[in-house]
Parts: sequence; structure tokens; C-alpha cells
Amino acid sequence: MKKFTTHTGVVAPLDRVNVDTDMIIPKQFLKSIKRSGFGPNLFDELRYLDEGQPDQDCSGRPINPDFVLNKPEYAGSSILLARNNFGCGSSREHAPWALDDYGFRAVIAPSYADIFFNNCFKNGLLPIILTEDEVEELFQAVAAAPGMSLTVDLENQKVVSPDGKEYSFEVDDFRKHCLLNGLDDIGLTLEHADDIRAYEAKRRAEAPWLFDAIK
Amino acid sequence: MAGKTLYDKLWDAHLVRQNEDGSSLIYIDRQILHEVTSPQAFEGLRMAGRKPWRIDANLATPDHNVPTTERAGGVDQIVDPVSRIQVKTLDENCDEYGIVEFKMLDERQGIVHVVGPEQGMTLPGSTVVCGDSHTSTHGAFGALAHGIGTSEVEHVLATQCLIAKKMKNLLIKVEGDLGVGVTAKDVVLHVIGVIGTAGGTGFAMEFGGSAIRSLSVEGRMTICNMAIEAGARVGLVAVDDKTIEYFKGRPFSPTADQWEAAVANWKNLVSDDDAQFDKVVEINAADIKPQVTWGTSPEMVVAVDGTVPNPANAKDADEANSITRALEYMGLNADQAITDIKLDRVFIGSCTNSRIEDMRAAAAVVKGRKVASTVKQALVVPGSGLVKAQAEAEGLDKIFVEAGLEWREPGCSMCLAMNPDKLGNGEHCASTSNRNFEGRQGFGGRTHLVSPAMAAAAAITGHFVDVRDFELNS
Ligand code: SF4
Repeated sequence: MKKFTTHTGVVAPLDRVNVDTDMIIPKQFLKSIKRSGFGPNLFDELRYLDEGQPDQDCSGRPINPDFVLNKPEYAGSSILLARNNFGCGSSREHAPWALDDYGFRAVIAPSYADIFFNNCFKNGLLPIILTEDEVEELFQAVAAAPGMSLTVDLENQKVVSPDGKEYSFEVDDFRKHCLLNGLDDIGLTLEHADDIRAYEAKRRAEAPWLFDAIK
Repeated sequence: MAGKTLYDKLWDAHLVRQNEDGSSLIYIDRQILHEVTSPQAFEGLRMAGRKPWRIDANLATPDHNVPTTERAGGVDQIVDPVSRIQVKTLDENCDEYGIVEFKMLDERQGIVHVVGPEQGMTLPGSTVVCGDSHTSTHGAFGALAHGIGTSEVEHVLATQCLIAKKMKNLLIKVEGDLGVGVTAKDVVLHVIGVIGTAGGTGFAMEFGGSAIRSLSVEGRMTICNMAIEAGARVGLVAVDDKTIEYFKGRPFSPTADQWEAAVANWKNLVSDDDAQFDKVVEINAADIKPQVTWGTSPEMVVAVDGTVPNPANAKDADEANSITRALEYMGLNADQAITDIKLDRVFIGSCTNSRIEDMRAAAAVVKGRKVASTVKQALVVPGSGLVKAQAEAEGLDKIFVEAGLEWREPGCSMCLAMNPDKLGNGEHCASTSNRNFEGRQGFGGRTHLVSPAMAAAAAITGHFVDVRDFELNS
């Protein structure tokens, strides 16, 4: 997995609540059997004026000039500022894949849907939770200075604005450790293979019907 | 010491180890695989040179992409080349690893969340995961079930475990009798309207109370299916005699010599009387009327005799904005009566409402009637090949076809429109599915979520109608 330590980048403000994963990456792009290449179709229905097709060259498509990522001041942005319940809906991991492929390294929002939140960590994308007031403050700061950057420091668990203001955030120890070191959690779990086998032996005695049935 | 909730019991029974950092390793009894969220997981497994930990814990079936029209030609007949590759990839992966798969032409093929319980793959007291958020459906049987992302699908394939954190406990208690014409779908839409699409975030959501106990297991599945639309990854209903009865004789159910022990184990799968919930929401069943969503989030829902909200009455500017935005997308006017909304298409199907009970409810409404001439298409898509066979044995297919509805092959179909079944730009659809997000059923499509009976009634009249009046007038 990709490491995340610190990152400084331009912030793109996406000012709406309940942004669902269908919006982040519409279903027609889920037909791919790869993990990469979803970036051009990130927010496809908001970003373009026509209906996107899989495997299409997006460079000639009509773009929606009002959509934040199409505005020149947010070109190359890598931190997404969002509102409550970001990433709700479908469990598709294609959503963090698309954000990552586009170039986002972190999302900042007051709350996330659980599955999306989880999926981000598996892909080196950091979902940061700040309070509603702090997020509002950042929206106002970006409105006042479009194209501004923020620095995210995972080790010290803080977001730093250009004027030096710091916003601290919580992150689970295990997830932080994995992100900082780029660790593969399957490998970590397999270190406990003996525990898993011991559990299975006990479980098989208690509930044998859960074993050997599907074949 | 306080008693345990059903969720606590399921969690404790599956705890493999508690890590120092507060995360836990949870054992997964069952994983269901489908074509959309598994290819990258198998690829990851292969790249790392790993093997599945336990083959017999997995079951696969393609559902999202499969065409629901004539499909005798099997995979090769899928017209869309990208869909075809995805379904073929699932077949190849399952063949390579020896995972049981109900392929496209197998009568047992269908939507993962219909197939799992139907086969007795999902069992009370088991943990069930699938790379699909509606895995919450399986909680209706007292199983701990939730959706996971593709990296986690790979993790479960490789280790039979998930790294998890315990959720909080939420009880939704629905007491009293449901009115005639009010179904499980209306109950869950009403609940989401009350607690909001993020109301259950971070919680395992148990549904209890006399109204839930009175529902069939199919109805409970409809309710747990939509727990995720209220933000809860996990929906749960306690085990009772109906649950146990349901599993008698299913292909993967406990064998005869294991049955008694299994039943004794399952009977304990209820929240203790003195269990502590972190939050309790009480709902009076008598307050629930047939529901219709008017907007672009499942919480944007009102009773069929209500009106579309007016942003002027919103509680704050944020809510006013989201109402305005939704009205614009949906092409509706503030204060418009729900019964004035005209439908272009009707979709009866999806993992929310495509079981035999749903087929019967829809058939009872359309029997002897005709679909309105203004409705371009009304689709009925059974949830599995076995549901389809059962419905045909009962003659329901003929009732639908005579009324002018199309009777299709099983799959997800217009629920998310990954196959050719989709809405045109601006079209309104009465849909028994679970998500009314922008573009969900097709680019620019406008989805209204309703129960099967309400969808069927709307197909006949061409606009929404209170199914309770509808039946009286017939
Ligand atoms: S029917 Fe719809 S919600 Fe259910 S699994 Fe299929 S696509 Fe997902």
C-alpha cells in the first residue's frame, strides 16, 4: 500500500452534503476489472455535460465549467474538502480508486459513510474528520483564497493552513500505523494464522454446520 | 452485569483476537462474490501469490451485469463487451479456485442477497460479507452481515477474517399493528425519513417490536436491506420460529443430524431483556402510511397522501438548498401532490423487493387490470431463477404479461442499470429498489422508491396512487 506521511496540496471545495459513491464514480465505469484508470471519470456526471461511457477518451468531452474541478484555480488539487456523510451509498471501492487515480491524497469532511471511510485507508487515501465548524471555516478560507493549499501531517495528526492555523484530528492507531508505513494488512493478519486456526477448531466443535457445507 | 444485545453476541462469538491497538480480528463464516467487486480481489491474491484460506466459505453468482432478457446463449450472448468480460472473469476465477458458482444459466443464479438465504448459505448466527453494501439484508436472520470493499474481499479470501472495530448498538422499535396495504418497505422508508441517511452511521441497527415480529422473513429482509440507506452497515432482526422454519431443508442448511444442535444454538440469538443499547428510536406502527420518495436521497420521503416539500419551510439554509437542488433534478414543484407525479417506467425487482412475496403482492394489484398507456415500460425482475420458477408455478408471470408488464430473467437490472435496463434522461420511475440517487437508474433518470404494491398500482394508473384506496375501488 502507498505510504502517507505528510502532504501539501491545493484544496478543492465540494459544497454539498451526502455525496454518494454513485456520484463519485457512476456505475458504468464499474465494469472494469482493473484498479486503475478511474480518474478521468471521477465525478463524471457533475464534471461533464454528456453521458460518459467506459473506455472512452474523455479529452474531447464537453465539460461543465461550473464544477469545481473544472475551474482553473483548482487544477491539480489533491485535497478534497467536503460536507457531511461523504461517500454514502454503494460499497464500491472504485470510489477511493477514482479519487486516488485523479490525484487526491486526502479528504476533509465532518463525517463519512462507514464503508467508504474504511475503503480509503486501504488505498493510501486519508479521510480526515474535522468538526462542522472547522470545515465551514475552511470552506470560507478557500472561498476567500481560491487555490490555497493545506498541509496534512499524519504523524502529528494535524491539518495546517497557510496562515499557520492548526486543526487536529483523530485517527485510529492501527490505521495510522499502516498508512505511515505503507503496510499490507493481509500480511499483518496472516501473522496471526495460528489464532485463526485455533478459532476455527473451537468453532467447528460448536457449530459444525458452518463448515464443509458449500461445495 | 447488563445483558447482551444480539450484535454483542454475534461479535463475541466471532472474535478471533483483540489487537493491542483497539482493532479486532473477526472470523467470517460466509463470503458471497459477484462479478463487479471481486475481479481486483482475485487479481490481488494472485499477485501476492496467496491462496484462498477456505474454499467452502465462498459462494459466487453474477448479478449486476447480466441481461434480463432472453439469455439462452449464456455469457457469450452478453452484448456489452465490458460486461461480458467481467462476468467471464468471475467464472474463470471461480473455476480456477474451485469456488461454487451459480453461473448465468444455472437456475439458482440471481441477486446475491436473494440467493444466499434461499440456499441456506446465510444462516442464523453466522457472519456474512459481500462486496456490496446491501449485505445488511442477511441480518434479517440473526446473522452479522455487512458490505465490504474490494480490498476487504481480498482480505477475507486470504485470511477468512476481517479487521474490524466494534460498532455501537441502535434499536429501532416498531410497536403496534401495521395498517392494511402498509408493507415492510414502507416501514423502512419511514424509519429512514425519521432518522435520516446518516442516522445509523457507526451503529449496528437492530429492528424489534411487535410490528417487526409480525413480518415474514422476506419482509424483514426488505427492512435490513435498507439499513445501509440509514447509514448502518449492519441491520439485524432477532431469531424466532419463523426464522428457524425458513431454513428447514435448504441446500446448505445444517444436515438432519446437526439440525437440533443448530436450532438450540439459534434460539439464543436475541437481545437479552436487560441488554443496553447506545440509542433507541421508538416508532408507532400505526403512524406509517405507504411511502414514496420524492427526492434524490432515501430520506427524502413522504407518505403517498402528502406533498413534495417546499424549501421555504426548511429548518435551515442547508436543508433548503438540498431540497431546491433535488426538486430541480427531479423536475418537481414544491407543494405538488405526490399523487400528481406521472410515471414513465415502473421497475419491480432488486434485492429489496424481488422475492416471491413481492411478486405475489404486485401480481395481486395488477391482476385483471392493464398498465396505463402513458407508461412506456413496466418491468418485473425476479430475484433469482428459483423465485422465477416459483412465480411461474403460481401463474404470476401470466398475470403480469396479461396486464402489460414484462416478465424478465433474474438479476439486478434497473436497480442500478449496469445492464441494458435503464431510464432515459428525465424519466420518472416507480421503483421497488433502494436508491434514488442522481443517475442511479440511468443518466438523468428520476427514481421514486416505493413498495411492490405501490409500484404495481402506479403502473396501472400512470401516476402515484394510494394503494389502500386502489384496492377498495376495484
Ligand atoms: S439489486 Fe441493486 S442494490 Fe441489490 S445488489 Fe443488485 S445492484 Fe445492489
